[in-house]
Amino acid sequence: MAENKHKLLEVKGLTMDFGGLRAVDSVTLEVHEGDIAALIGPNGAGKTTFFNCITGIYDPTKGDILLHPKGLKTRRLNGLKPNKVTEMGLARTFQNIRLFPDMTVLENVMIGRHCRTKSGIFRAVVRGKRVREEERQIVESSYQLLEKVGLADFANEFSKNLPYGAQRRLEIARAMATDPFLLLLDEPAAGMNPQETADLEQLICKISAEEQIAILLIEHDMKLVMNISDPIYVMEYGKKIAEGNPQEIKDNPKVIEAYLGEETDA
Amino acid sequence: MIQNLKQSLIVSVWFVFLTFPLMVVRVNTMDQVVIWRWMNMVWVAIGSFILSYLWRYMLARQQVRKKVADEGVEIRSRTQLLLEDMSFRYKAMGIILLAALVFPLVFDTYQSTIMISALIYVVLGLGLNISVGLAGLLDLGYVAFFGVGAYSYALLNHHFDLGFWITLPIGGILGCLFGIVLGFPILRLRGDYLAIVTLGFGMIFKVVMENWDGLSFGPSGIANIDKPSFFGMDLSLANSTIYIYYIMIALVIFTILVTNRLKNSRIGRAWIAMREDEIACVAMGIDIARTKLSAYALGAFWAGMVGVLFASKTTFINPASFTFMESAIILSIVVLGGMGSILGVIIGAFFLILLPEYMRAFSEYRMLAFGAAMVLMMIFRPQGIISNLRQTYEYKGSKDKINNG
Repeated sequence: MAENKHKLLEVKGLTMDFGGLRAVDSVTLEVHEGDIAALIGPNGAGKTTFFNCITGIYDPTKGDILLHPKGLKTRRLNGLKPNKVTEMGLARTFQNIRLFPDMTVLENVMIGRHCRTKSGIFRAVVRGKRVREEERQIVESSYQLLEKVGLADFANEFSKNLPYGAQRRLEIARAMATDPFLLLLDEPAAGMNPQETADLEQLICKISAEEQIAILLIEHDMKLVMNISDPIYVMEYGKKIAEGNPQEIKDNPKVIEAYLGEETDA
Repeated sequence: MIQNLKQSLIVSVWFVFLTFPLMVVRVNTMDQVVIWRWMNMVWVAIGSFILSYLWRYMLARQQVRKKVADEGVEIRSRTQLLLEDMSFRYKAMGIILLAALVFPLVFDTYQSTIMISALIYVVLGLGLNISVGLAGLLDLGYVAFFGVGAYSYALLNHHFDLGFWITLPIGGILGCLFGIVLGFPILRLRGDYLAIVTLGFGMIFKVVMENWDGLSFGPSGIANIDKPSFFGMDLSLANSTIYIYYIMIALVIFTILVTNRLKNSRIGRAWIAMREDEIACVAMGIDIARTKLSAYALGAFWAGMVGVLFASKTTFINPASFTFMESAIILSIVVLGGMGSILGVIIGAFFLILLPEYMRAFSEYRMLAFGAAMVLMMIFRPQGIISNLRQTYEYKGSKDKINNG
């Protein structure tokens, strides 16, 4: 089935060294259109480093990160700055929430619109018709995104005053404001209670279905991953040890070993 | 309550004990007698008791507020609510503008001169507010840009006889350029390192101006700088002061207008986001390098402009006007007034510049009071006199919600 779909992100043999430590070791991964792909693995497996390489925060030591936007030329992301990567259409959220605490919820989302709008300093000072129209559009589209993630009532609150689960959703809304075609979520359910996780699951499915945004997520909540993800990639000690659909992953002895430890004959 | 009173009493007794040898006992070595000044002891006791109680009371209040804020309930003070009321804002602005316009007609030249220097610091504060308050880039060498503006007018006037009005934008643009020059090497720096480099930049400017005699005439400075011309007419000293005063008012209004618009624009939001979290900011597609440079350049622009005006007002400049002390005062204006808040910075500037002028009798204690005020401010009101107002936007369904809240 995957073969017919358009390939959006292609990572080939990605390696990241920090001095003598190989945090990510020739990982190959693909995300297709409409996918909700998941990257799982024990703590310290190199998942977040992998994300940071793709989004330009680190410059990978080896390997290729290729982005194939629909109807556009293929772009190699290696060494691009994070803001350029975001402009290409690849947005992310962070494992430890990184909102702008002293800005309102709406303003947080409006920041996401920054790279899709372009009024400069002089226009901002003159504040002509075009700028006012652009501002209005920024506000409207940001507000619509807030409605989508269910935070419209909090639009004018400071984001630091939001409850934890809402902050996670706000991060997703902010990332979506950059008009991505691929969304990278770094542990979106971390620290959430079961109810919030269920809501998040619905939200992710909704984004994937309604917005035509492919999703690649890192997650420790196995229930969530098994429910919504296909394909699943498993990493351990920087290496990819398995990939496949949820059933295949569940039955894969290497994955079981990575999570539960080696079986010993007693 | 009782606990507080008891603690204050202990503090008061302790202070009496500590100050006893200094304040009460006085040995007159001439007449070989000891004078006991018991009244002083009473004053020390009462004073320390009241201060200590006040201190405890304020701290307790602060604690309660913090607890409420931690529970997620937003508390907005009465002043803040008042400031968010638009009709009140317009009325207040009208009254202040009117007062500002009649000021030089009512008061004498001396008062106007003081007011001009306060207004100069208002513009400087608003300029620094862009880089420190909005973009969160600490700048301890801001006075260098002020100096660039002042020297550009002094030199252009001295060598080429250029007038005030032509040099005003040139000074601003030169300030801008120096802002970018400073901005490039410090793009990668943060926090303490940034502070040190900017501090160094301010020092370098002063040292260069002191020693490069060929360019700047060294420590002896440049004299006989032209005052602003009024359609080619020469004005008397009093009239010229009034004239500069009105130019300054216009410049302040222009600064407020522009910085306010910048703050509420796409660029301004990017600055604030950069201040809040640089990594998240860059991950949202904002070009950090460009945003930082624009913050420095636009901050420096105002210092350059007002520097031109400073040179034309004093008609004499030398490097001694651009010491680190000036940078520190401008920074204090921003921090004391409220980072990022335009109104706060204006109030801060008047507070810090006018108060010392009118309290000349206590000028020996100026630095003492200054330091004490800073410490108290950081403990009880770290967000400044006026904390930044929350920006609200109009969107579908926003009207009824604002009314409810």
